[in-house]
Amino acid sequence: MSTVQKFVFKHNPGTIHEASDALETGDLSSVKLCEGLIDRIDSVDSEINGFLSVDKDQILEDATASDSRRKNGKELSPYDGIPIAIKDNISVKDQTCGCASKILEGFASPYNATVINNLRKNGVVCFGRTNMDEFAMGSTTEFSAYRKTSNPWDVGRVPGGSSGGSAAVISSGQALAALGSDTGGSIRQPASFCGVVGLKPTYGRVSRYGLVAFASSLDQIGPITRDVEDASILFELISGHDELDSTSLPKSNFNYADLHDEFDINSLKIGIPKEFLEVQGLSTDVKGAFEKSISIFKSHGCGIVEVTLPNLAYAVSSYYIIATAEASSNLSRFDGIRYGNRVDKSSDLLDIYLDSRENGFGEEVKRRILLGTYVLSSGYYDAYYLRAQKMRTLIRDDFNKAFSACDLLLSPVSPISAYPFGSVSDPLQTYLSDIYTIPVNLAGNCAISVPTSFDGDGMPIGTQLIGNFMEEVKLLQAASWFESVNDIGKQT
Amino acid sequence: MKFDVIIGLEVHVQVMTKSKMFCSCPNRYGSDPNTLVCPICMGYPGVLPVPNNEAIRKTLLAGLMCECNIALYSKFDRKSYFYPDMPKNYQISQYDLPFCEDGKVVISGKGLSKEFVETKPIGITRIHLEEDVAKSTHFRQCSGIDFNRAGVPLMEIVSEPDISTPDEAYIYLTALKQIMQYADISDCDMEKGQMRCDVNVSLKSPESPTLNAKTEVKNLNSLKAVHRSLLYETERQSEVLEGNGQLIQQTRGWNDDIGETYILRTKEDAADYRYFPEPDLMPVEISSDYLEKLKKEVPETPAQRCARFIREFAIPEYDASVLTSNKSCADYFEKCISFGSDAKKTSNWTMVELLRELSQANKTFDQCPVNPENFAELIKLIDNKTINGKIAKAVFSDMFSSGKTALEIIDEKGLKQVTDTDEILQFVKKAVESNPTPVQQLKEGKSTALNFLVGQVMKFSKGKANPQLASDMIKKELS
Ligand SMILES: [Zn+2]
Repeated sequence: MSTVQKFVFKHNPGTIHEASDALETGDLSSVKLCEGLIDRIDSVDSEINGFLSVDKDQILEDATASDSRRKNGKELSPYDGIPIAIKDNISVKDQTCGCASKILEGFASPYNATVINNLRKNGVVCFGRTNMDEFAMGSTTEFSAYRKTSNPWDVGRVPGGSSGGSAAVISSGQALAALGSDTGGSIRQPASFCGVVGLKPTYGRVSRYGLVAFASSLDQIGPITRDVEDASILFELISGHDELDSTSLPKSNFNYADLHDEFDINSLKIGIPKEFLEVQGLSTDVKGAFEKSISIFKSHGCGIVEVTLPNLAYAVSSYYIIATAEASSNLSRFDGIRYGNRVDKSSDLLDIYLDSRENGFGEEVKRRILLGTYVLSSGYYDAYYLRAQKMRTLIRDDFNKAFSACDLLLSPVSPISAYPFGSVSDPLQTYLSDIYTIPVNLAGNCAISVPTSFDGDGMPIGTQLIGNFMEEVKLLQAASWFESVNDIGKQT
Repeated sequence: MKFDVIIGLEVHVQVMTKSKMFCSCPNRYGSDPNTLVCPICMGYPGVLPVPNNEAIRKTLLAGLMCECNIALYSKFDRKSYFYPDMPKNYQISQYDLPFCEDGKVVISGKGLSKEFVETKPIGITRIHLEEDVAKSTHFRQCSGIDFNRAGVPLMEIVSEPDISTPDEAYIYLTALKQIMQYADISDCDMEKGQMRCDVNVSLKSPESPTLNAKTEVKNLNSLKAVHRSLLYETERQSEVLEGNGQLIQQTRGWNDDIGETYILRTKEDAADYRYFPEPDLMPVEISSDYLEKLKKEVPETPAQRCARFIREFAIPEYDASVLTSNKSCADYFEKCISFGSDAKKTSNWTMVELLRELSQANKTFDQCPVNPENFAELIKLIDNKTINGKIAKAVFSDMFSSGKTALEIIDEKGLKQVTDTDEILQFVKKAVESNPTPVQQLKEGKSTALNFLVGQVMKFSKGKANPQLASDMIKKELS
């Protein structure tokens, strides 16, 4: 059996909307649905390693409760009983929330993230904790302190990251959908690598309360799903203003129903930033997939315009200054004093800090804490952090200008498709491969990755659509249209 | 001393609010350790701060009371350092855009340096808002941390180096405390840590324009400690300079038991706090409408109230300054007047009898068992001669301990002043008959003898006779 047949598995139901329909007609129960997925986990996750933990008893208890609500006509929503996998950096009360880090080994969160409360209000079942790069720092999920997640299309390759676990469990049929987080591409890039859909909402659309912070001004929770319809459903469930998050948008309610408003591809205008085709290291296959998606839009009568993002060249360096600066501060709370792992070989306070953090953090996390501490240090602040912030403003202006000429931007997700473990070892090279996703986080816009085609090795390639601030409706409509007209082809 | 002393103060004041600065835990003193905590103020993974608007409002109010410019655009920043009392290992504070800047507090009274006769303005550099840290307690084997205090809103009020003597520092702090109490910003109870002080002190020779290296003395927890540490430091520094020694910039602690400062660290070890804008919070924009509204809410300052008392109630300046030095005292006094008691008499009674009873009972004005209405009634009873002053003191003492009204006590004990001349005449006759020597002396013009005889009348009447009436009748009897 080829890896494709073994792992990339078509279920029925395989999506939230299919499952919701089946639950509504009574053809399916939540318990049956969850049991089926748990069987799937038991048979394949030892090779995929997408989950860090799955509390089967709790899941079945929640599913049973959902089924009895439905039986009594008291279901909380059409999605009551739908299981959703959760990335290991989102707090669920009394469940471990370790961010795939040793420093939080065994730590159970004392509260629910707002997105979890929003899901629970609708009867959704939290379905396991998915693997990730430690504290969401990485693009391959190799930096998890616990295990390497494999790409279900080829277990010798990376699933992308940092939400690699979430993308891999969906693509391998172990979950219908999952929550991920995206700071510089951590939802879109693994979605592209694993052949699924990943949405990064506009900054502030989804509450960050309960998301363990990597870089506060860039982080955003979003859905990873099998299709655009599911991404829209999950987005509606988790989004909205939250009083517990001061950066949450005052009016951010999204109506899934708006998606079904009339959509006319002929009146849509798509911008192609000319710098995107000049990116160094853009692979022939990815370039081919990008050109394919441009021609699909064009051939259906969509207007295509060339736009420019003149400051793109500074995006990656600005991002890594801002993100590491915020991370160095956000991660300073992990000191072994109040929770998490403490190493107290010595009774000296400084030694406890040093030993706990030395032992608790992995290599990539330490590298970024060092970088972030450096750029904020007295004497370097103006040269690095302040300049990066100014650059961020310029990049945001570039996007505003671009959006004055078009509705959406089209772009690759990553210059390369999923690569074999260990083939990229230089951190700088990995950082540079975030070139297409990072500018969106810097500007705060929304963007989605939609499966487009396969590369020569049979690995999936996604296309990124970028929407203006708060324009998720337009973004999801176009993505859904693209999904319906595009023939993704077959793994060759 | 042959040096000029230059002192600047950094005062931390806890802001009185229902909840903490960035979470909904109660802002309260004196609960069991770690009972007023939540994931936010404990710095748990994934939590976010939400600013307390009431704390911001009170900080702006403090700024207005101190005549500061209020920033219409300001922001919070993170200040990083590792210590177990900092749950996140960074403190949310304000760095370059504080809420209030460039104000002043005018101090007055005895103890100002000589070029200032009556008042002296002390510049306020800035007032910013931050979160308090937890309270550490060190035991022999371990340390304990109480996070109840972590996240309590805390203002930092930084003065210009305008203070020239330890006395001025004392007066300035007292004035600041009164301002905070007046605007209900803080009780400033230093024993509860609601007001804490760091002092910066350096010396300069009068001929030279340059300052010698400064010393910062941290964590002074009483007015007395501020005063003593400043005396100690100016002495220590001038000894070094007089011995041709070199001062280096340093931070020192204060040992209250032995009355000495000790070195904590020198400038070389100064921490790099790596300030940067708090990304979890939006910048704070204050509309000019809101500011205008707030300006109308600014209460009288203690100095303004003192002036008004002198003007409105015609009481001496000394009385007015004592009464207004404490907001609840001034409130109490004004309430009494509103019930119609005489201002000067009320002032005397407040300053002497009431303050004494309160201090003996260790009570504040808010806990006073005699309310202003009853207190005013007592004073009116003296005025209309229902009781005399001496009995009034006993009645008041009774009111204070029993909570009864003056009239209740007077009725119960039959203390009503005797103004019936027939009744008093009997006592007068008795006093004259039984004290021939003083009578003789009085006839010879010795006025102390009259006091003695009046005393006898008061004794026979069990204190109830009107002493003025008794005195008049004795004179009449002997004439
Ligand atoms: Zn709290």
